[in-house]
Amino acid sequence: MAEPAVKSAIKPATKPATKTDNKIIDKGLDQGIAGLTREKITRVINQVIKGETGARLKLYVETCIHCGLCSDACHYYLSHDKNPLFSPVGKVKQTMWEMLKKKGRVSPDFIKKASIIASTECNVCKRCAMYCPFGIDIAYIMLIVRRICHLLGVTPLYIQDTAHSHSATMNQMWVKDDEWIDTLQWQEEEAQAEIPSLRIPLEKEGADIMYSVIGPEPKFQAQLIYQTAILMNVAGINWTMPATPGWDNSDMAMYTGDNEIMGRLKKVHYETAARLKVKKIVMGECGHAFRSVFDMGNRWLGWKMPPIPVVHAVEFYFDLIKEGKIKIKKKFQDAVSLHDPCNIIRGAGLAEKIRYVINAICENFIEMEPNREHNYCCGAGGGVINCGAPYKLNRMKGSKVKADQLSTAKAKGAKLIIAPCHNCHSGLEDITQHYQINMEIKFIGDILYEVMEKPE
Amino acid sequence: MHNLYNFVSGPLVWITFIIFIGGCLYRIINMLLLVYQREKFIFSYMSFKYSLRSILYWLTPFATVNMRRHPIMTIITFAFHLSLLIIPLFLSAHIILLEEAWNIVLFSLPDKLADFLTLIVIGSCIFFLIRRLTQPEVKYVSSSSDYLILSIVAAPFITGFLAYHQAGGYQLFLILHILSGEIMLMAIPFTRLSHMVFSIFTRAYMGSEFGGIRKSPDW
Repeated sequence: MAEPAVKSAIKPATKPATKTDNKIIDKGLDQGIAGLTREKITRVINQVIKGETGARLKLYVETCIHCGLCSDACHYYLSHDKNPLFSPVGKVKQTMWEMLKKKGRVSPDFIKKASIIASTECNVCKRCAMYCPFGIDIAYIMLIVRRICHLLGVTPLYIQDTAHSHSATMNQMWVKDDEWIDTLQWQEEEAQAEIPSLRIPLEKEGADIMYSVIGPEPKFQAQLIYQTAILMNVAGINWTMPATPGWDNSDMAMYTGDNEIMGRLKKVHYETAARLKVKKIVMGECGHAFRSVFDMGNRWLGWKMPPIPVVHAVEFYFDLIKEGKIKIKKKFQDAVSLHDPCNIIRGAGLAEKIRYVINAICENFIEMEPNREHNYCCGAGGGVINCGAPYKLNRMKGSKVKADQLSTAKAKGAKLIIAPCHNCHSGLEDITQHYQINMEIKFIGDILYEVMEKPE
Repeated sequence: MHNLYNFVSGPLVWITFIIFIGGCLYRIINMLLLVYQREKFIFSYMSFKYSLRSILYWLTPFATVNMRRHPIMTIITFAFHLSLLIIPLFLSAHIILLEEAWNIVLFSLPDKLADFLTLIVIGSCIFFLIRRLTQPEVKYVSSSSDYLILSIVAAPFITGFLAYHQAGGYQLFLILHILSGEIMLMAIPFTRLSHMVFSIFTRAYMGSEFGGIRKSPDW
């Protein structure tokens, strides 16, 4: 439907809506737009709109009644004193509506702005989808905007580098093939000091479980692999890890709009599991990787559901504890609170299982408000933290409401926060530092390792 | 005036219903075709159970978190939409028209109640207008089309109210009432008023995604 432009409607309403993103210096964006022509922009936008989207985008845009009820869902909006430029629909107005209204004839500067909004001011957490009366999926629209920016070569530099790593190495962190194996063997040796018979079985064909992790684990959080190895061995699980590319389940290409690389990553991941003839894949405590294997990557490849069952760490812990394969020696004593990650709560419905696990291993659990599906985002997810340093301050500003939520939990007595997701983990660490909230962030695995019964 | 009355209450009624019903069907068929051509996978995710669950939740006042966050908006939206549907269908003046034309006798609303519901619709439209003009997050995303749509919806109720109360110029208001009602119906399939048709589908899809795949509530 033709929508006559009204100048007054574009002006901010009662309070000046200002932003500082013009000051952002990001080579990925600036060099990206330097070579852009309006013709190319128009061609790419229309190619994506006409060739890659369909009824969903059309209906979402044409059904939206512009009621603004999605606003309260967004932590950026709430954190920026309800500045309408940060509301979910406000972000759609500044990006997709404009592209559609002008039939793709927008300027390179507009593309830079659109890339900043879609990549760094929206965590694609889908909280707003639960606030829109029509169930409009604004995160999906933001991902389409990112896709357009990707095809135009206008993606923030840091996350683009990560996507490059994915494409060159099939892992997120430029980990070399031999370094990967070496890291696993190193952790095996370390853990053998605790359990002499412990193995991290590599390339074991026919194992029940293939365990996969994200690139940052071997790169700088190898202790997480150690902890898992202890857990697997104590529980007597028939497991294996691949010694080839395909071990990394993470996927920043999904967040840059590089769907082709996303597809390649998921394919090699699933093919590795198929080659090892495992019954299922268990993955570490990561949220976005779950979204990639369970929701976006598999669908890009044409699988309705993952071709090999994928079990998130939280669900795996739940099964181990429930089946008595892991016993708890003494529950963790410090009061803990929980940050519900979007991708495994809104993305996989693990809200109750996660609480079962926490109550089984912690003596004193204090809920955050809001919680479960309605928890506020960590501000880091959706690739936002991966856009790197130029955006950190904005990310912190956009996380004020999260900081308040953490402070309230702390005031209730919580000493540490459990965050079973890598992005959430890093995001919350930044927030607690920036807002000087003295709370430690832990994975479930950290605590589980501490409190579980191990052979003497 | 008489000729005009005959036109708006005769041929234009037929044209209106053809455009309204035909237009809605056209839009739905077009949507389904588009899904079939481009996003066929959507069909495989649709779940009747979770579609219904989502639709029912969002049709129940205060059942969702966001409705509870905006109690005034919730009460007004529900009162507005209910009145908007009930009045034109069961107004005694409309029922009499049906009876005269086709000898169909249906239940009709007491006039006092209909009058009250009409005031609810008009009052709600004023509320929506004020909300659009004063709430920054709504104003920012409002354009002239939003005000136009609101006027299209308000017009038949304002003119109908004036005509019923014979506030001078009865015939003029009656004609304007019929005409504006026809404009509203014809606008439904082709403006964002189409949410009347499409919100069920968007809701159903999100309900199916959240319920069936994500195992999570969507409210």
